[in-house]
Amino acid sequence: MMLKEYQTINEIAGPLVFVDKVSGVGYNEIVEIILPSGERRKGQVLDVGERIAVVQVFGPTAGISTTQTTVRFLGETMHLGLSTDMLGRAFNGLGEPRDKGPKIIPKERVDISGLPINPYSRETPAEFIQTGISTIDGMNTLVRGQKLPIFSGSGLPHNQLAVQIARQARVRGTGEKFAVIFAAIGITHEEASFFIRDFEKTGALENAVLFLNLADDPSVERIITPRLALTTAEYLAYEQGMHVLVLLTDLTNYCEALREISSARQEVPGRRGYPGYMYTDLSTIYERAGRVRGSKGSVTQLPILTMPGDDKTHPIPDLTGYITEGQIILSRDLHRKNIYPPVDVLPSLSRLMNLGIGADKTREDHKGVADQLYAGYAAGRDLRSLSAVVGEEALTEVDRKFLRLADDFEKKFVQQGAYEDRDIDTTLNISWDLLSIMPDSELKRVKKEHIAKYMKRKGEPAEEKK
Amino acid sequence: MANKKGGYIRRISGPVVEAVVEGARLYDVVKVGESRLTGEIIKIVGNTSVIQVYEDTSGLIPGEPVETTGEPLSVELGPGILKSIYDGIQRPLKRIEEASKGVFIKRGIQVSPLDRTVKWEFKPKVKKGDKVKVGDILGTVQETELIEHRVLSTYEGRIKEISAGTFTIDEEIGSIEFEGKTKPLMLYHKWFVRKSRPCIEKFPPIIPLVTGQRVIDTFFPIAKGGTACIPGPFGSGKTVTQQALAKFSDTQIVVYIGCGERGNEMTEVLKEFPHLIDPKSGKPLMERTVLIANTSNMPVAAREASIYTGVTLAEYYRDMGYDVALMADSTSRWAEAMREIGGRLEEMPGEEGYPAYLARRLAEFYERAGRVRTLGSDERYGSITIIGAVSPPGGDISEPVSQNTLRVTKVFLALDAPLAYRRHFPAINWLKSYSLYNDTLEEYLVENVSSDFPGLVKSAMALLQKEAELQEVVQLVGPDALPEREQAILLVTKMLREDYLQQNAFSDVDARSGLKKQYVMLKSILKFHERVKGALDLGIQLKRISGLPCIVRIGRMKEIPETKMDEFDKLHKDIDDEFEELIKTR
Repeated sequence: MMLKEYQTINEIAGPLVFVDKVSGVGYNEIVEIILPSGERRKGQVLDVGERIAVVQVFGPTAGISTTQTTVRFLGETMHLGLSTDMLGRAFNGLGEPRDKGPKIIPKERVDISGLPINPYSRETPAEFIQTGISTIDGMNTLVRGQKLPIFSGSGLPHNQLAVQIARQARVRGTGEKFAVIFAAIGITHEEASFFIRDFEKTGALENAVLFLNLADDPSVERIITPRLALTTAEYLAYEQGMHVLVLLTDLTNYCEALREISSARQEVPGRRGYPGYMYTDLSTIYERAGRVRGSKGSVTQLPILTMPGDDKTHPIPDLTGYITEGQIILSRDLHRKNIYPPVDVLPSLSRLMNLGIGADKTREDHKGVADQLYAGYAAGRDLRSLSAVVGEEALTEVDRKFLRLADDFEKKFVQQGAYEDRDIDTTLNISWDLLSIMPDSELKRVKKEHIAKYMKRKGEPAEEKK
Repeated sequence: MANKKGGYIRRISGPVVEAVVEGARLYDVVKVGESRLTGEIIKIVGNTSVIQVYEDTSGLIPGEPVETTGEPLSVELGPGILKSIYDGIQRPLKRIEEASKGVFIKRGIQVSPLDRTVKWEFKPKVKKGDKVKVGDILGTVQETELIEHRVLSTYEGRIKEISAGTFTIDEEIGSIEFEGKTKPLMLYHKWFVRKSRPCIEKFPPIIPLVTGQRVIDTFFPIAKGGTACIPGPFGSGKTVTQQALAKFSDTQIVVYIGCGERGNEMTEVLKEFPHLIDPKSGKPLMERTVLIANTSNMPVAAREASIYTGVTLAEYYRDMGYDVALMADSTSRWAEAMREIGGRLEEMPGEEGYPAYLARRLAEFYERAGRVRTLGSDERYGSITIIGAVSPPGGDISEPVSQNTLRVTKVFLALDAPLAYRRHFPAINWLKSYSLYNDTLEEYLVENVSSDFPGLVKSAMALLQKEAELQEVVQLVGPDALPEREQAILLVTKMLREDYLQQNAFSDVDARSGLKKQYVMLKSILKFHERVKGALDLGIQLKRISGLPCIVRIGRMKEIPETKMDEFDKLHKDIDDEFEELIKTR
């Protein structure tokens, strides 16, 4: 298509530029803005009528003038050149190389907004990913092709947990590792370099692609960055047959950018000023995970978001939770108790867990054990507040056992080292140790034959003391 | 008739396109741009039509052509609907895959809703010269192994010709004289999705929809032809509950609408249903199911249409005389689609940015449920039961979608996050939920299950309510401070919660309980309670009772299959024996 250039900007408002007297401009088309200083910036058409095109600028609008600025319409939507040479490289938030390496010679150029996967063409995710972390493997199992976000809060060790998962994640039996795609969305330089250092240290970097939009980079770019990462992931997974783990951090910054643009466009705001279409917009990111028929590869997403004020009902975690297949929630209470990883298993959930566990995948007792631990830990936690009021002595004997179960669960099951890679058998065996605190009559979620097979009771120590 | 006129695009803003369209009529379907994207006219101002486009509009340029089909959005009704999986505007996803030549949904794909190559074996029920009315059965086609498709007349007139044989849906099966003209008869016809299909009369719902879920059937029953809503925060099990209802309800047809939900979830339904066997017929459940999947990342305007598409298909099978259950997961996403489009149209928003017509649209949708006498001269009855999931932000049901839904639905199944956290499933809170069908269905239960069933239900519910009161006391003073009689209530309600209300959707036996099994299970627990009360009166300590072996057996009774109901008689007898023993050794 012919290039079209205009010098007819008639309004600049925040990140938006209004160009007059245009014709033949397509919706969502990419534009290049050439400033009087010769500097070039990119933008995208947000709204186009017969005369006026509204352009959203990726970057600051400072320095743009209504007279001497040229707007060039490039005739296509935002595309990314893709190649397997991208592995081991770092790019900025717009997909330009950020390291000192050469330009990528693309094998393919693909629209970054992606097309929806036909639900009919999807394969059900069912392969268990062993992350080596008990709270995830045992109770919120991750499977290939799942999108499982980490809901965290500021100051909690979500980054440590994410790198530990990236380092340890593998499919059991095969030892196959993942290609990792890391998209930094508006995080600080310090946080980004924590990830990069860890990837370098463990040698994961050569199998990783990094897209970095840091806190001082233009916020509008944040709309683009996750889509670049996912376009790359889809290419590596469905075209090259690789298993890809995508780490997106921090989605809260993405949503802030979305709100910023929405308010600049003077749209009717939804809850807390976020645009009414945020659910749909987020879904076009999260839904780009999965497995498809006819391809060996998979895209597994691990987005991280910090809940403003640790509030799970804030629109960002709320809408995310409605789209993703579960969530891993970090707890400030556990963190204060010095427990790492501070995963609060009760509100955490993996919706695809039941597809990835069981006799031929993990172990036959997995589901029963997980349910029993959930029920027992929940009961124990409830009793804590009761025992704080009436004293432990006023509780029944069974209730005291529940209390002990909850305490031991946190100390032995949740707590583990940042470099401790527990396989699923270890995790399940720890679970049986914990369950041995309880009498059989309280173990209604596990099958009788599993109790007989896996439970090792060590006499009756607690009773004898009294 | 279709008048193919057109015009050109003037403005594009997301899924909303403004265009000058000659001959535009409100709600007519148009083809937008060079790539012929499907859209619908939703507003006309002067010579400008506002179009909501069902596909991604990237790359459209002002000036590109727009063509109107001259017809409103409609669905094709005929054999071949069952076992299909459609997007929001009845495009079969299977043929989209073939046309896209890949796993992604490409734009501008035109595929026909019904398969035009399949030959159906048609058996006429009327003969030449017969007078027929609208809704009369012209003949039948075996659509799937389970379901006989009844071909309904859309005309009132005299049959000129009709023949048995095998036909594709494009071939004429005969002809009819209608208002002096001869019209061809086909196996299918079209219907506008936004218009409900007529019936002769609506009746009050008096037959329960047996869902196999104890908490629902026993405490909060849904009636065939009724409406229910399931609000709950994320992770509380809305979708699992909806899917369980789709699997185990005793209806003949299931329409499942995945409206703005997860892709992987729809895939799971798609892969699972062909393998699930209907306990009554022994055939795969897919044989009676139609799925509509417009996932969250598929175009938002098609999501708005998906609810109408689904309910129109449901009405079509109702008109054949079937009981249909329609699951809409989730109506909140539907409301959000309306909000999003309303925002693009720069409409004045109502509450929380939702359009002012939200309440009306929700009410109109649920009003399409009901048990009816269908059109046609033979006496046929069919029903549509609508069960809508609601996803309130933060789980707070004071928001507009939940509130407006509660105003029109009769059953409220309140899903509860704290229950879900402790893996109490279905996580339906028994204190907050309600059903307005309890009284109307009582007669059916008395006649078909047992005369004391309604009474048992009431006493069980009273116990559960008592428990909530007692728990408040326990929180202050501890359980030991309660009198033994009240401690006994806590023991029994724990049984009710764990051994009755909780149901394991992943266990072959427990996933579904028939009404008879529900009755004997409830009876076991309440019988136990009666015996406990009696024993306490005789001065037996609760501590001794709580060691009885029958408690463990009650805990495992949900695993007793319905083929071995006599085990319950034995359990009842053993409960009696154990208590007698206790009394004897007192």
